[in-house]
Amino acid sequence: MSLVQSVDNVALLPAYLAAGTAVLVLLADLLVSRAAGTVAVAAAGSVATVAGAAVVGAGGERRTFCVGADCSWVFGGRAALVAAVFGLLTLGVLALSGPLLRAGRTPVGEYCFLLACAMTGGVVLGGAGDLITLIVALETLTLPLYVLVGLRRGSLASAEAAVTFFVVSVVATTLTLLGAALLYAVTGGLHLGRLGATFEERPELLDLPLTTVAVALVVLGLAFKVAAVPFHAWAPATYDGAPLPVAAYLSTASKLGGVVALLAVVQLALPPTVTGPVLALLAVLTMTVGNLVALRQRRTVRLLAWSSVAQAGYILAPLGALALAAGRTADARAGAYAAAVAYAVFFVVLELGAFAAVVALRPADADGGTLDDLRGAARRHPWVGAGFALALIGLAGLPPGLAGLFAKVTVVRALLDGGAGWLALVVALNAVIGLAYYLRLAATLYAAPGPVEVGVRPARVVAAALAVATALAVVVGFAPQLVLDLAAR
Amino acid sequence: MRLGEFLLVAVLAIPALGALAVAATPVDRVARLVGTVAAALTLLATVPLASGEHAWSGGLPRPAVQPWHQLDLPWVPGLDLRFHLGVDGISWPLVVLTALLTLLCCGYTLWRVPEGGGSGRALVALLLVVEVGILGTFLALDLVLFFLFFEVVLLPMYAIIAGWGGEDRRRAARKFVLYTLFGSVLLLVGVYVVVAAAGTADIVTLTGGGGLSRSTQLAAFTLLALAFAVKSPLWPLHSWLPDAHTQAPTVGSVILAGVLLKMGTYGLIRVAVGVAPEGARWAAPVLGMLAVAAILVGSLVCLAQDELKRLIAYSSVSHMGFVLLGVATLTTTGLQAALIGNIAHGVITGLLFFLAGAVKDRTHTGALADLSGLRETAPRLAGLLGFAAVASLGLPGLAGFWGEAFAVIAAVRRGGPLWTTLAVMAALGGALTAAYFLRLLRRVTHGRPSPVVGRLAPSLAGAELTAWAPLVLLALAVGLAPALVLGYASAPVDALVGVLK
Repeated sequence: MSLVQSVDNVALLPAYLAAGTAVLVLLADLLVSRAAGTVAVAAAGSVATVAGAAVVGAGGERRTFCVGADCSWVFGGRAALVAAVFGLLTLGVLALSGPLLRAGRTPVGEYCFLLACAMTGGVVLGGAGDLITLIVALETLTLPLYVLVGLRRGSLASAEAAVTFFVVSVVATTLTLLGAALLYAVTGGLHLGRLGATFEERPELLDLPLTTVAVALVVLGLAFKVAAVPFHAWAPATYDGAPLPVAAYLSTASKLGGVVALLAVVQLALPPTVTGPVLALLAVLTMTVGNLVALRQRRTVRLLAWSSVAQAGYILAPLGALALAAGRTADARAGAYAAAVAYAVFFVVLELGAFAAVVALRPADADGGTLDDLRGAARRHPWVGAGFALALIGLAGLPPGLAGLFAKVTVVRALLDGGAGWLALVVALNAVIGLAYYLRLAATLYAAPGPVEVGVRPARVVAAALAVATALAVVVGFAPQLVLDLAAR
Repeated sequence: MRLGEFLLVAVLAIPALGALAVAATPVDRVARLVGTVAAALTLLATVPLASGEHAWSGGLPRPAVQPWHQLDLPWVPGLDLRFHLGVDGISWPLVVLTALLTLLCCGYTLWRVPEGGGSGRALVALLLVVEVGILGTFLALDLVLFFLFFEVVLLPMYAIIAGWGGEDRRRAARKFVLYTLFGSVLLLVGVYVVVAAAGTADIVTLTGGGGLSRSTQLAAFTLLALAFAVKSPLWPLHSWLPDAHTQAPTVGSVILAGVLLKMGTYGLIRVAVGVAPEGARWAAPVLGMLAVAAILVGSLVCLAQDELKRLIAYSSVSHMGFVLLGVATLTTTGLQAALIGNIAHGVITGLLFFLAGAVKDRTHTGALADLSGLRETAPRLAGLLGFAAVASLGLPGLAGFWGEAFAVIAAVRRGGPLWTTLAVMAALGGALTAAYFLRLLRRVTHGRPSPVVGRLAPSLAGAELTAWAPLVLLALAVGLAPALVLGYASAPVDALVGVLK
């Protein structure tokens, strides 16, 4: 065996581009030291990452860093989709940060650098082929966010949010690492494909208590990252304390990262007989608790945070079909994974739209405020209000938010194909609870304005981001096959 | 593209584009006019749908659904969703009724915008969107597409109630939307239970239960029937209806009672019974008992009701009970009774809500205790109310008679102790219907004029007469010549009953 590995640099191009963006941002901040220049470099880097991911992804799967048949870097259709979505989300969040950065209390260079670092983590996450790469990528994604969450200077809530997030996240990572170590002890492998093959070949390993513990630790550690109940308690406080654009990033990109990691281990590495029931239970708890608690929220971002907890439940739900034998046939499994990815894509588009609208309707460096602060907002800003209402209705899964409707339909279909009718019913009934609070928020937007008039002019760049997110939601609403095709690759 | 395909697209595209045009027109009055024109064009487009070849010209075996015209385009293959529209004798009368009622409501809004804060422009736009949803539901020949259109109606109707309704409108609107969404999500699960088992969502292929196992059919029918029972509404899932009707603005109530409820009964016939006949046979006795319970409960509540719109709303529960009883018998007579009962209820209850709205607009009260002697001060209004009430209680010669009478006859013909008992109880419910409508007339039109009624002017506005006249004429026409509806429906109903056996 040669000691010099040949490295396929083309496969690594998206990761190079993302990491290069971070370095360039740092240099630009040092040399040019003009806010607009730094942001422009970060935006251009995100666009380049998206383009790179699209080009490399179009050419079929590429692997590198291989030991025998096992590779640590597998860049296929799914990885390209994930990298592209991360790039676009970073671009969107940069746009949402416009007013915050212009207000001048946030260091622009550091902000953009951290965002670009998180993007790098996301891009690598999509291509990760072994557990260690996966965990390191996930940490690269979340580590910058600890700092970003605490960036609202002089805000106690922000500092509290950062510490909560930090502690919970570190514990979660430790659990996942421990799980990975135990898996190595059981199977002697860390590559996702190798683990899956080992469990397939030697089913007696599944009877070991150590295996169960290892699988449970990995799955639960990742469940923290997607804020699945009962590991969700950090999310509402963190979202509410963070600056609004960072909350948007947390609830879209960071959540997507958790989902991608979970999918990777469940799909490739861990035995579905063990993970299926756990994921089904997590999904039921997550959507039900998230929805029920969201009903009682009076603060906008907390409501969105709890609702995104519930949405994580819908994303996990198709994986719950693996709990049943009928859901473990090849077709049903492929359908379930594709449904989870498709739902996640529909969700991030709508969630980004909702957060863009909140940013547009709130003063530059304010937090999300209460629902009453948004009373009558749609009458003052009809276009922003319409975009917000469309995003909320989409999240609730009703027409005219067709994107959200098709997302729910995809999940229900995958569940019924897998024979998990009961879980489909739970998803369906949760959609009814969800509508109650989404509708309350949407109705508040159109209610008669309160006595306090907050004179906020939506920033142009935020309005543009909202317009793009809304347009995307409308397009994938009428042509959901685009997303379904991408998700199935 | 052939004429039929063009018309099917036009029927949905005209109100959709009309709604956009209304939203884009800045002047309120002009916008309402644009909307009314769009509604009129839609009605014009629905009428020629009846043209074309009605007899089945293809080979044997005859399919259970034989659309006069159809349009079949792929949309989302990944979800088994095709844009498959079609019209036949079961759906066409409902399509025309929907277009007609929407036109009347838009025209009525041209004359008077209900108070409550919202602009008339937005109301007309929402009415047109609701129309798209209802027409799409009646025209869809793909299960998933059917579900999609079924959901389209929810939020615009919510906005109509919440934006232009009465005092307690927010609560009523929320109750409406959550209840009916509950029905819709059950429909979603039911639809995909069928699609997952059959591998297709095409209603034409699926009708007759083509190859679905018994357990799948039972599960699918239970879910679908529950979904449609919420919409129809069937006792005991009806409790959203009285609140929604009482709080909705007049035009909202007319659309709600006139055609929105029909989505439930139509869905029950076309989707639930058609796709899962085995399940339908299994559940028929339960459905029949619930229908009769709805008739009796609705009638008894009406007898004790003191609010005009609430009374009419509960009478809808009772009337829809007759329609559901007809469906539950699963016989040709019963299904035809259900179809004509649907149309008759749409026409008559639409008229009743228009009249109740007129009374409320004039007197600002709907309490029966504050209303009396309407015929002394407003004889024309009182006369029309009397006509509508008599039509609704099922006087032979008016539209309401056929649906109720034939539902009872169908139950008797079904035979056996259960169905005979149900028929007797339903007939008793028919007598109660007469009792509460006569009570309504005695309290509202007769007696000495109450203070609020005493101040009324006898005249009716031209716009009101224009809106009501078509409904009065239709109530007479359908009553005197039920073949207007049954002539179109008999062939498709025969075909459907053919596959039920």
